[in-house]
Amino acid sequence: MPGSPAPGGGRPRVFIVDDHGLFRSGVRSELGDQVDVVGEADDVAPAIALIAQCLPDVVLLDVHLPGGGGQDVVTATKAAHPQVRFLALSASDAPEDVIAVIRAGARGYVTKTISGAELVDAVRRVAAGDAVFSPRLAGFVLDAFAAPGPAGEAHRSFDPELDQLTPREREVLRLIARGYTYKEIARELYISGKTVESHVSSVLRKLQLSTRHQLTRWAAERRLT
Amino acid sequence: MACGPDQGLPGWRGTWSGRDDGCVEEVEETARSASPGRASGQDGQPGPGPDHRGAAPAADPQHRHLWDRLLRREWVGKPCSSGPMRRRREDRLVAGVAACLAARIGIDVIVIRTAFVVAGLLGGFGLAAYVVCWLLLPAEGADSNIAAKALNDRRGLALAAGLGSLLIIVFLIASALGASWVNSVAWSLVVSAVGLTLIWRNSPADEHEVLRRLAEPVADLAGGSGRRRLWLRIVGAALLLVIGLATLLHGRSAHELLQPLAGLLLVIIAIVIMLGPWWLRIARDLVLERQARTRAEERADMAAHLHDSVLQTLALIQRRAGQPQQVIQLARAQERELRSWLFDGQSPGQDDSPGLTLAGGVRLIQQEVEAQHGITVEAVTVGDCELDDDLNALLAAAREATVNAAKWSGAPAVALFAEVEPAEVVLFVRDRGRGFDPQAVPGDRKGLAESIHARIARHGGSATVRSVPGEGTEVSLMMPRDARRREPSRPART
Repeated sequence: MPGSPAPGGGRPRVFIVDDHGLFRSGVRSELGDQVDVVGEADDVAPAIALIAQCLPDVVLLDVHLPGGGGQDVVTATKAAHPQVRFLALSASDAPEDVIAVIRAGARGYVTKTISGAELVDAVRRVAAGDAVFSPRLAGFVLDAFAAPGPAGEAHRSFDPELDQLTPREREVLRLIARGYTYKEIARELYISGKTVESHVSSVLRKLQLSTRHQLTRWAAERRLT
Repeated sequence: MACGPDQGLPGWRGTWSGRDDGCVEEVEETARSASPGRASGQDGQPGPGPDHRGAAPAADPQHRHLWDRLLRREWVGKPCSSGPMRRRREDRLVAGVAACLAARIGIDVIVIRTAFVVAGLLGGFGLAAYVVCWLLLPAEGADSNIAAKALNDRRGLALAAGLGSLLIIVFLIASALGASWVNSVAWSLVVSAVGLTLIWRNSPADEHEVLRRLAEPVADLAGGSGRRRLWLRIVGAALLLVIGLATLLHGRSAHELLQPLAGLLLVIIAIVIMLGPWWLRIARDLVLERQARTRAEERADMAAHLHDSVLQTLALIQRRAGQPQQVIQLARAQERELRSWLFDGQSPGQDDSPGLTLAGGVRLIQQEVEAQHGITVEAVTVGDCELDDDLNALLAAAREATVNAAKWSGAPAVALFAEVEPAEVVLFVRDRGRGFDPQAVPGDRKGLAESIHARIARHGGSATVRSVPGEGTEVSLMMPRDARRREPSRPART
C-alpha cells in the first residue's frame, strides 16, 4: 500500500506493546518520522498502565505476551478509553489468537512481515477509524463465515444481520486475501474507496459482535501449530 | 511460516531439482530422466514377472522362490525388441548372445541358453554357433562387430589359422587311431577355437575378462602354482580320464553294454572333479558382479538425488551466507526433505501422500518457495479438501506460478490464495512486481503461461494470466471438483 499523506496532516501517536525489545526498536525505526511513537511496553500490566497514562491514537499490539493474551490489554483499556484504537500485530498463525484480539475490540490485524510503508498506512487507517485486514485475516473470516452452521445451532442463535456476510463483503474479502489493496479493490469492483472501507468495517463489526458459535469452534479447530 | 508435519511429497511438488529453473519443461525433464535410473536400480533384485531380465538362476542371490519364478515366467511370446541387435553387458552370462537373441525373437533367455548347451553337448554345434554369434553380434555401445575388426588383424588371423590347422591335424590323427567319435565334434571345436582366438585378440577389455574366466582351468593346469590340492585334483582327474577313455576305446571286450556306460560315467566324473570348483567360482563371481552392478546403479541414483537436493541447497546457502534467517530456512527445509527420503522412502516427485490436503499443499508450496527464493509468500486458504489428480495438477500449476513470480517479478512478496468451494477450487497467485505486457511477452514466459494453461486444461480447469507492466501479475486458476463423479464415462486415471 503506497503511503499517502495522513488526512488530518498530523502524525498519529503510536504506542508499541511487544515483549521483544529488538522487535520494538525495529518497528520504531521502520515507522520513522511518519508517526509519533509515544511509548512502549513489554507486558500486559505495564501496557495497561502506560496506555492509560499517555492515551495514544493507535496501539500496536502483539497478540502473544508473557502475562497473557493481547486481548486483555484491549479489554482493560476499552472501557475507560474508547478512543484508543488497537492494531494487532503478530507472527502467530493461530486463528484463535487473532480472532480473540479482534473480538476483544482491535480494529485490525497485520502480520509482522509487513513492510514499513504498509505498516504506516495501516496505522493511519486505524487512527482514522477504519478497519485493517491482512490477507490472512480476510481468509480467516471467509473461512469462519463460510459454511452455514449445523441445523440445531442455526435455530438457536442465527442472526442473518450479524452471522452472515453479504456477497459484496465476500468479494471484498476475497480480493484482500488475494493481496489487493483497497484502492485496487475499488477499481476492480467499480466502487469507491470509501465503499470498500465501509464493507471492511462492516465485516469487522460482524466479526466482533456475531454470536455465531461456529466462529469460536472454527478458530479452535483450525489451530495450525 | 507454519511448520507443517513431515508430509509426503506429492507429484505436484515438482522436484527439488526444479528449484533453480522456473521452466516447467525442464523440471519435468529432470523427473523423467530420473525415473529410468530408479527403475533400473531395481533390476539387480530378483523379482517375478517377465521384466526379470534374463538373470540366470545361479546369479540370483535368493534361491527360495526359484520355482515360483520359473513357473510364473513368460517363456515365449514376449515383446520383441526392434532396432539393431546388441549384446548388452547387464544381461550377459558369457557374452550376452543368448540374451540378445532372446530379446529379438521374444523367447525367454533360459530357453535359448538351454538350446545352446544341449546343442553344444550334442556334437558341439551349439558351442560353434555361440562363438560365431559372438563374433557377429556387436556389443552394446560398439559400432561394429568383432568379426569386422578381426579381418584387419593379420597376426590374429594367422594365429587362428595356425591353431585351427593344428587342431585339425590332431583330430585327423585321433580318428586314424580309431577314435571315430572325434569326427562328430571336430569341426565345431575347430570353429570354436578359431573364433575364440579372434575374439580374444579383438574384443574390448571387459570381454577379455570373460574369456580369462573361461580359460582359468586351463591356466591352472599349465601354471600349477604349487598348490597341492590342485595337483591332487588334477592327478585324480587325469587317472580317471585315462581309465575312462581306455574303457571307451576298447568297448568291444567282455561286458559289451556295461563297459561303455562305465567309461562315460568315469569321464563325466573326471570332468566334474576337474571343473566343478571352477564352475562354482564362476557362479559366485557372477553373483558378485551382479551385486556390484546393482550397487553402482544405486550409487548413481543416490548421487543424482543428492545433486538435485543437497548440493543445490548448499550452493544456495553459500550464496546467502549473510542472511542467517534464510540459511536456517534452507537448512530446515533440506533436512526435512532428506529425512523423508532416507527414512520414509519418499523421493521428491513421488505421488503417494494420502494424508495431504489442499491447505497442506499450499503450505508446502509456501515453505519451499520461501526457502528456495528468499521471498515472503503470504499464503491464505479458505476451506480444505482431500487432494486428487485434478487438484494435484492445480497445485503443480500454482507452484510454477509462485516460483515464477519469485524469480521474475522482483517483488519481495507473493500472495497465494486458495479457496475451496462446493463446486470448484480457485487459486490466485499475485505479485506486485514489474509485470509484463501479455501481448509482447518473450518466448520463455509465454511458454510457461502456456504450460500452466495446458496442464490445467488437461484436467478440466481454466487458467488466466493478468499482468500490467509496473503493477504486477496475477495468475488465476480454477479447477472443478468431483469432475469424475459428474462425468461417469470418463476413465479413471491411476
